[in-house]
Amino acid sequence: MLKVILIGINHLPERRSFQQMGLAHRTEGAVPAVASVHVPLSTTVTTIEPAPAAPPGDPASRPSAISIEGVSKTFRLPHQQYSTLKERVLHPLRSTDYDELHAVKDVTLQIAQGEFFGIVGRNGSGKSTLLKCIAGIYSVDEGRLSIAGRLSPFIELGVGFNMDLTARDNVVINAIMLGLSRRQARARFDEVIAFAELEEFIDLKLKNYSSGMLVRLAFATAIQVDAEILLIDEVLAVGDASFQQKCFEEFFRLKREGKTIVFVSHDMYSVERFCTRAMLMERGDVLQVGDPREIGRAYHKLNFGHLPHEAPREPASTGTAIADAWFQNAAGERITSASQEDALSMCFEVRFGEDLHDPVFAATLRTELGHTIVVARSDQHGGTSDSFKAGESATATFAIPNWLTSSRYTLTPSLAREGTGEDALALVEDMASILVHGNTSGGILELPVDVRIEHK
Amino acid sequence: MSTAEGVSLPTPGGSPASHRVHAPSALGNDFRRFWALTFTLARTEFKLRFYGSVLGYVWTLVRPLLLFGVLWIFFTKVGHVNNGKAPGEKFYGAQLLGSIVLFTFFAEATTGAVRSVVDRENLVRKIHFPRLVIPISVVLLALFNLGLNLIVVAIFALSAGVQPMLSWLELPLIVGALIAFSTGMAMLLSALFVHFRDIQPIWEVISQILFYASPVIISIQTVIAKLSSVWLHIYMLNPLAVILQQFRHAMITKATPSAGEVLGSWSALFGALAIVVAIFAVGFLVFNRAAARIAENL
Repeated sequence: MLKVILIGINHLPERRSFQQMGLAHRTEGAVPAVASVHVPLSTTVTTIEPAPAAPPGDPASRPSAISIEGVSKTFRLPHQQYSTLKERVLHPLRSTDYDELHAVKDVTLQIAQGEFFGIVGRNGSGKSTLLKCIAGIYSVDEGRLSIAGRLSPFIELGVGFNMDLTARDNVVINAIMLGLSRRQARARFDEVIAFAELEEFIDLKLKNYSSGMLVRLAFATAIQVDAEILLIDEVLAVGDASFQQKCFEEFFRLKREGKTIVFVSHDMYSVERFCTRAMLMERGDVLQVGDPREIGRAYHKLNFGHLPHEAPREPASTGTAIADAWFQNAAGERITSASQEDALSMCFEVRFGEDLHDPVFAATLRTELGHTIVVARSDQHGGTSDSFKAGESATATFAIPNWLTSSRYTLTPSLAREGTGEDALALVEDMASILVHGNTSGGILELPVDVRIEHK
Repeated sequence: MSTAEGVSLPTPGGSPASHRVHAPSALGNDFRRFWALTFTLARTEFKLRFYGSVLGYVWTLVRPLLLFGVLWIFFTKVGHVNNGKAPGEKFYGAQLLGSIVLFTFFAEATTGAVRSVVDRENLVRKIHFPRLVIPISVVLLALFNLGLNLIVVAIFALSAGVQPMLSWLELPLIVGALIAFSTGMAMLLSALFVHFRDIQPIWEVISQILFYASPVIISIQTVIAKLSSVWLHIYMLNPLAVILQQFRHAMITKATPSAGEVLGSWSALFGALAIVVAIFAVGFLVFNRAAARIAENL
């Protein structure tokens, strides 16, 4: 459906003229990808002309637009902020006291020309740091980062917009920051304003713009340069639906022209819908690279699938393990499907490999998408458990009223030491599953409802 | 509908990539872009400074003129320090105003540069551009003001009876030396301020000292009369002293000696020149070293 829209728009005369006018300046507006002349130790760099974009539909033969090889970025955070000379003079030796924050850890990735690549992850996962490394805003500590083609120097829209100036001034200033000359900037001004549909407001100061108008202006400004690689950090949070649609149409146009777009976002919907490939990051590590929908599921799991314990990093050497997990009904029979309102229990069996006092048993019920519905813990819901000897087995049963809406659910059993129970001794994700059937009212739970309607 | 063009691509077996990504440098490799950016930033600041004010540019003049008025009245009418009788004090008003205008440029360029990189944080952290653009644009903004202020000085001097001289052609050289010194300090201060936030008060004090350690208020003849030869040589190590004195000699009146005549020979000014060159070189090197990591150290 989208494709049809795009083709349709491409045949509109205005759009074609916009593209052609853009082409007229194509070579002059080049933003150099490498902005370094005199950094010592970098003399081994060879500059090769970017290869021409391969025909679409032949992805295997496409050369890399961005090549990331073992890139790491570490921030040094001083324990105390030594920002005055006096402190530096008084404590000359303490100045080496740093905490290291490994924002990006040994990331290796190839992004092909013409790809629309999404990077997702929770806050602090390192995705924006990686983007800034690609953009050359941060220096890379380890590894090698190369790009083929002109890179847009922006990673965020509307950077450098000054609220006290008019749209006209801001567009010109922004274009110059993007690497155009003043003459080119002025020549393109009309196209930018037409794309943003802000013809009536060109002499209005930006502080009087609505946020949607600002985004339109920012986006229109950013795409006017003929960068071959665009890096975008959270672009689509604002703006009305029709403008977002327009932005993505524009992205597709850029993509068809063989441009590469790297897009960092929290908005899984956009990533799933528009990216050709995506990557999930967590704490500086790449968790997964692949199909955007798969990444979307993994991201949701990461975001909403909080397990009571962190999965053990290595299998417990003591041999404590979860032997079995299942759902059962009120009669104590194992079941794989249940009707709403039947009593339901989440059960699992643990074999102890060491003596344990008062361990925490926990059962996590999640939807197929990875959203956590119930976290039941023996320490919160049942008080203390007991002491267990090595070699012993125990069964944990968590009975819950079945208010679940009809869908499939999974059980993740876990066991942790007493106390905070942060690190699990044993944990098996999605060990058992159950299909609940019955009504679907549209919510995630079918709570018992007492309806009363009265005349007043 | 979901992924219109979203056919999943296999990881490309990429051909070796082209050029390596570098952290931002001080200068970049595209001089045209460097200049366009510097000019645009300075021009925008200039425009914004007077946004919404009725008198606009006049306000840039008010500060040096007010300072001039106070000093002039105090030293000629009240204190009788310079009564215009001594030979070096010919056109004292024009000498004073010219010195104040030149010093104002230096003060504006350097104190403005101190915070400049930190205050432009939103640009530095989000755009890849040559970092030196920021302090240089501050110097350029001060230069715009200097240009306008020099016109006022010229009008004042001509109306006071100063005759046009061939030595007026020295002006580009004098202003050039002043720009070089100011730019060197601007680079040094803005890079240091990222790490040491007390550069700002320190520099405010130092620029106050420099104001009194330069021939702004007093004439050089008074300085020559009061200081021993050694101290006079030290006094003339201050590049501002040399620049301001040469300005007075070349632009206002030959009654006051040239910077070279103060010490007896031009070669004696080598010290001041060396300081300008050294400050410029050190400033550039320090800034250049810091440039790549400015974004993460803010």
